Amino acid sequence: MTPPAPSDPVPKTNAMHTGSVLLTNDVGLHARPSVKLTQLAKRFSAHIEFARATTGPWADAKSPVKVMRFKAAKGETLHFRASGADATEALAAIVALVERGFTAEDEESAQPPQA
Amino acid sequence: MEKRYAGRPAAPGIALGALFPLTIGTCARVPSGSAESEADALRSALNAALVDLQGLIARSTEDAAAILEFQVALLEDDVLAEPAFSAIAAGSVADHAWLRAMHEEIAGYEASDDEYFRARAADLYDICDRVLAHLTESAIEASVPPGAIVTAQDLAPSRFLAIDWSRGGALALTAGSTTSHVAMLARSRGIPAVVGLGVDLSELAGEALVDAHRGVLIVNPGPAARAQFERDAKTAATARTLSSAAALQPAVTADGTPIKIMLNIADPRELADLDSAICDGIGLVRTEFLFHDRHGLPDEEQQYSIYRRMAEWSQGRPVVIRTLDAGGDKPIPGLTPAGESNPFLGVRGLRLSLAHPDVFRMQLRALARAAMHGNVKIMLPMVTRPHELAMARGMLDAEVAALTAAGIPARCASLGIMIEVPAAAIAADQFDAEFFSIGSNDLTQYVAAAGRDIGAVADLADPAQPAMLRLYRWVAEAARAQHIEVSLCGDAGGDPRVIPLLLATGLRTLSMAPALVGGAKLAVAAVDLRSPAEPEPWPR
Repeated sequence: MTPPAPSDPVPKTNAMHTGSVLLTNDVGLHARPSVKLTQLAKRFSAHIEFARATTGPWADAKSPVKVMRFKAAKGETLHFRASGADATEALAAIVALVERGFTAEDEESAQPPQA
Repeated sequence: MEKRYAGRPAAPGIALGALFPLTIGTCARVPSGSAESEADALRSALNAALVDLQGLIARSTEDAAAILEFQVALLEDDVLAEPAFSAIAAGSVADHAWLRAMHEEIAGYEASDDEYFRARAADLYDICDRVLAHLTESAIEASVPPGAIVTAQDLAPSRFLAIDWSRGGALALTAGSTTSHVAMLARSRGIPAVVGLGVDLSELAGEALVDAHRGVLIVNPGPAARAQFERDAKTAATARTLSSAAALQPAVTADGTPIKIMLNIADPRELADLDSAICDGIGLVRTEFLFHDRHGLPDEEQQYSIYRRMAEWSQGRPVVIRTLDAGGDKPIPGLTPAGESNPFLGVRGLRLSLAHPDVFRMQLRALARAAMHGNVKIMLPMVTRPHELAMARGMLDAEVAALTAAGIPARCASLGIMIEVPAAAIAADQFDAEFFSIGSNDLTQYVAAAGRDIGAVADLADPAQPAMLRLYRWVAEAARAQHIEVSLCGDAGGDPRVIPLLLATGLRTLSMAPALVGGAKLAVAAVDLRSPAEPEPWPR
């Protein structure tokens, strides 16, 4: 397993927004949660990264391959940082997705069945 | 100068075309020699794999689609193939670069402590194989001209499948067997094939005519042979038009009796272009392909994902999956015993599975899990005595209980047996099975003591001789008495000449290669069961 490659430097012209959230769903950042997370991240133009610690290493939150390489399990805290025009909205949406256990906004917060 | 070579018919049909020798060297992917075109090859293979997956998703249930969407997400992510493209830029060939990159990625999943992540390795294997198949296919497609008569000593199933047969062609093997995997695939695809020509490959050059009904290859055919070919081709074209129209119709006899038509599948790739509406389900999935194509035995996840996809393809119709039927003429290195004096009477089929309970239990687990995704039924090959069935059932029950206890969804799928050993056919009423399927190929050669592959005695191994018809009738009656289903899945089931006789024995379900469905349905429609054309003598 190669460790996540160091990401591109974040443009300095934009302010960096950060957030963190505890993974509470049973299977962690598994296949379907990873797909949902990256799909959501791709809806924003902001550069979005995530890491296990605020010190990094940081990985692209729009890459399902990198998210899966992370193998984040239940009970871990995920740190996100974002920069760009819609960075604040992106972070809020992502944190909310993780908080409600990767269910869709209009779904119950019950755990979806996992493959 | 016309020259005739006699072999054995392995898949019916006729063809005229240029001979194209497929030696070992031309079978493998030929590197293009430039980094740019290797990168292009990988890019188009990745795209083709994506198109495959999107097609699969469109035909899948919601649950299955979600799993495939994960594969799509990974394939769409440039990060996945990045190491492969770097390796290509550094001089690697496309297939090696892709394999190495994927193996590294997969190793990361397999090393995980978390079983959810470990289980996802199966998805990555799936992606890896799908892209690799496109990489090798495109190379072989490019090298085999359309409509060619492909010659080789023998041919691996994957090579056969990698050739584009859409514009016809035929297969002429100097060695090979009529019961081999590639022979089954040729029958299934409707590609004429002759095997056992017993000639040096280098002798076969120029134009040739394959008559796979008679088992003949005619190199540089003269005017008479060509004229005969033209006449045969016209008749065949008419028959083909009729049967392809008939394939989508239900099978009903002239007197209105519905007949179930099922498919024999030797490789899941056969299902890719097939409409499940032509059949009432899959009557026989040969799982040997899983044990031949890979290095080493397939694990539970690999098996599960393939069985599950077949169950989903079938859309609720039954899918009868036969447990490993190795041994006899289908050896598997490291599994089947070497040096048996008569492998057909030795440790094969269920006997082999019971001798390797670890391999058998793994297959049963994969089947029990796949049964959650469709109408999967499990069929045991080469059953001889009732206690063998009881042992298999005990193992299936135990594996389902263990899976359920571990929180993995699984169920005890319906468990049936092949009737192909004379002892089982004669004592069919003694078996507590949930269904029977008559394996007429093996049953015939055991009853007639004559191998289909031995030319000198092949006419004795006729699956429609009175001794066989009596056995079919007896097995059908035994099934009816026990209120269980019975079908016939040997080559006789798709033979229009034999179908009227089979229906007269009381059989109502026939399983056959997909290419034979149309012709079989036409043969069924011509049968009037109120006055069977050839009443079978049955002394009582």
